[in-house]
Amino acid sequence: MTDQIIAESDARVVAAERRAATLKKRKAAEKRFQWFGRISIGFGIACVLFLFTDIVSKGASAFTQTYVDVEITFDADTLGLSPQSTEEEIRAASFGSFFKKSLRAKYPEASDRRQKRQLYALFTSDMPLILRDMVIADPSLIGQTTTVSMIADDDFDTYYKHSYGKNLSAEDKVSRLNEFQEGIVDDLVESGAVERKFNSILFSNSDSREPELAGIRGAVVGSILTLLVTLVLSFPIAVATAIYLEEFAPKNKITDFIEVNINNLAAVPSVIFGLLGLAVFINFFGMPRSVPLVGGFVLTLMTLPTIIISSRAAIKAVPPSIREAAYGMGASKVQTVIHHVLPLAMPGMLTGTIIGMAQALGETAPLLMIGMVAFIVDTPTGITDPATVLPVQIFLWSDSPERAFVEKTSAAIMVLLTFLICMNSLAVWLRKRLERRW
Amino acid sequence: MNLSTLLIIIVAGSACAYFLGYTRSQQIAKPLGGVRNLATLPNYYASMVGIWAFVPAMVLVVLWSVLDGAVISSLVKSSLPDEVKQLSEESLGLVMSQVKNVASGIGSVDALGQEYVPAVQRLISLNTISAKVMPVLAIFVLLIGGLLGYRAVRPQNNARYSVEKVFNVTLFVCSSIAIFSTFGIVLSVLFESISFFQKVPFFDFLLGTHWSPQIAIRADQTGASGSFGVIPLIVGTLLISFIALLIAVPVGLMSAIYLSEYASARIRGFVKPALEILAGVPTVVYGFFAALTVAPAIRQYGDALRDWGAENEIAWLANLAVSSESALAAGIVMGVMIIPFVSSISDDVINAVPQSLRDGSYGLGATQSETIKRVIFPAALPGIVGGVLLAASRAIGETMIVVMAAGLAANLTVNPLEAVTTVTVQIVTLLVGDQEFDSAKTLAAFALGLFLFVITLALNVIALRVVKKYREQYD
Repeated sequence: MTDQIIAESDARVVAAERRAATLKKRKAAEKRFQWFGRISIGFGIACVLFLFTDIVSKGASAFTQTYVDVEITFDADTLGLSPQSTEEEIRAASFGSFFKKSLRAKYPEASDRRQKRQLYALFTSDMPLILRDMVIADPSLIGQTTTVSMIADDDFDTYYKHSYGKNLSAEDKVSRLNEFQEGIVDDLVESGAVERKFNSILFSNSDSREPELAGIRGAVVGSILTLLVTLVLSFPIAVATAIYLEEFAPKNKITDFIEVNINNLAAVPSVIFGLLGLAVFINFFGMPRSVPLVGGFVLTLMTLPTIIISSRAAIKAVPPSIREAAYGMGASKVQTVIHHVLPLAMPGMLTGTIIGMAQALGETAPLLMIGMVAFIVDTPTGITDPATVLPVQIFLWSDSPERAFVEKTSAAIMVLLTFLICMNSLAVWLRKRLERRW
Repeated sequence: MNLSTLLIIIVAGSACAYFLGYTRSQQIAKPLGGVRNLATLPNYYASMVGIWAFVPAMVLVVLWSVLDGAVISSLVKSSLPDEVKQLSEESLGLVMSQVKNVASGIGSVDALGQEYVPAVQRLISLNTISAKVMPVLAIFVLLIGGLLGYRAVRPQNNARYSVEKVFNVTLFVCSSIAIFSTFGIVLSVLFESISFFQKVPFFDFLLGTHWSPQIAIRADQTGASGSFGVIPLIVGTLLISFIALLIAVPVGLMSAIYLSEYASARIRGFVKPALEILAGVPTVVYGFFAALTVAPAIRQYGDALRDWGAENEIAWLANLAVSSESALAAGIVMGVMIIPFVSSISDDVINAVPQSLRDGSYGLGATQSETIKRVIFPAALPGIVGGVLLAASRAIGETMIVVMAAGLAANLTVNPLEAVTTVTVQIVTLLVGDQEFDSAKTLAAFALGLFLFVITLALNVIALRVVKKYREQYD
């Protein structure tokens, strides 16, 4: 009897021990599983942070530009001008050789031709033109000596920003300047003539082959024009489609077919829309290449599904009682929709539209297909002028071999991301502020 | 008069018609004792007049602008010299574009030949006539339409019916744009693909293992015969997509599980939007990130590993070769891009699993992770599979990351450290820049587009069906 009890309790103890062991294992598994989740989330957030810090650390320096204060004497004899010269005479004057001569006078140590050329290369190649424009703006400068804030060349700029005064090993040193040039730069810096100012060129110039003269203005204007076309087309069409499908469409095959098509369009890769634009708009209808109008058409087709889907959700959220009350007052179906449903659904529709526009703003691939990758120096003035857009500009710059374009590209990305963050915050704010809960 | 001025005139004219209609309806209402005795409200009469003025004029302008070019060139063709008319379609098109250039002032007639003078003159005169006639005709139609509408403002005529009818038709036309764009996509890629397959046999395309789209410029040129085997592109696309999914699926799925099952509302409210930032970053930014940060880093680590392998005499490590444009870099970054995509779909699916299943499992003594692994995950599996398929179709169709980071070399390899190319990269490289529309090289891009369209469409249809079927289970 007692033996049996002892055996039973032994078995119980063993079972309890075993249970405790498995429980421990199970609890450990539970902990492990939770940690997997935490690590995944941590990885995601780390990616966000890494992406942003990487871009910002690369691009922040592009918001300043190195300028050099140089005293220039607009010598009347060298230029062949007098303060009374007309604008045409000034335009005809040879500022190129004047600029070179002034530099040579400043740095007589540049003896042979190679060193002279290296000396000129420290400043942007547009410098003679800038001097000319200064004189045109103020002809009384002729014969005077003034301090001109000269734009440093990209190699100078990169050296001053990243290598100057730092004891870098030869490997880490990112400089394309040679010793002679570095000597001049070091002298200039010591004399206090070199300064970093806010880079207004980045925002006032369009694309250029010279990194120090390249800016995003043309691309931003192109983006705005393209988005304008997209907005003007996609918002009314999407809202009309959503209203039709939610309020008017009979339940039949055609309606089903429209719905299937909208859902499919939402999943078509964006590059295919580029093929469509190329084959239909450019090849078939003979529209010009590289223009915001065609870009807007392509992006409209691309963003339609997004806006339609969110507009439909907004219309669905309007309670039927509103419609019934309107019918009760004798309103027709169209009157009910226009006067009551539409205003109540508008915040949701606008939110969807802003999100769709943000998508369109960041889109690159379809615009490459329709030729918006051309190198365009002029700022577009209308929707039929050749243009490029901000993401395509980023793509073009990221392909450029000059190191200075890396920071320009990152800066352009920062501008693009700022636009996107603003648009998305606006959408979130609009949703919080205006959307009604029933 | 250019097009935008004409459009402004039409819009302004229609607005005038609207106001005239409004005053007219008030006028006719006065003897009847106020607007209440009209069949409908004054603004419906006004809208009716506006529509009568606007729609016919707009239809005319749009049709004219679209058909103008085709009609004029067919008229000009008849005045070309007889021997030119006998030419093939393609060379005739070439002659026509030369004639057009001369007519618009680029190049001179002398270069083209005196026999083309009548054609050029005809083109110029037709263009001027067209440019003069169109605005006049449009304004005429606007006035006639407005007048007809104005005359229809009568007390017993219920303008609301016709206005609402126009409204309905407009809505329907807008919704059918979705159909038209699908057709546009299918037809545009299909036609060009068909002419591609007339030059390159279909099975050579589908089963060929060599891709080099360069066409010989001279007949005796070596090495540039142009071969269009799509297999290396498919393998490259699948390799990169696979790497992307290898990252995105576990991370996205686990984040979704943690957020929906473990995290407090506060953490959820903070982490979810933070992860969704990844979905809002433009792909060109990811491409830049992949090409300038991730790829060099991978190469650096690869080189370091190789040196280490050489020191310690590990043969396979010592032979490690990392290309500067590796599939791995593009795949990793693409994976990061689709994390929010996977996590938001998984989140929806997991939340759709009824609470009763969880409660039943807890009641039997299961821990939370056991419930998730053995109950919720199997229940949510079809939906998650659907989500993964959608993510895969995203990865296959993604363009900018691979264009910037994956390279152009069509290597038939599954080694993630080598450079591969994808279908989308080839579409972009074949079509960017100036190109002739009849060379096999350009048409190949459309064949690739058709291929891509079919694959992504199939994946999406399957995925949506799986997700839908699963949802019905618990509704």
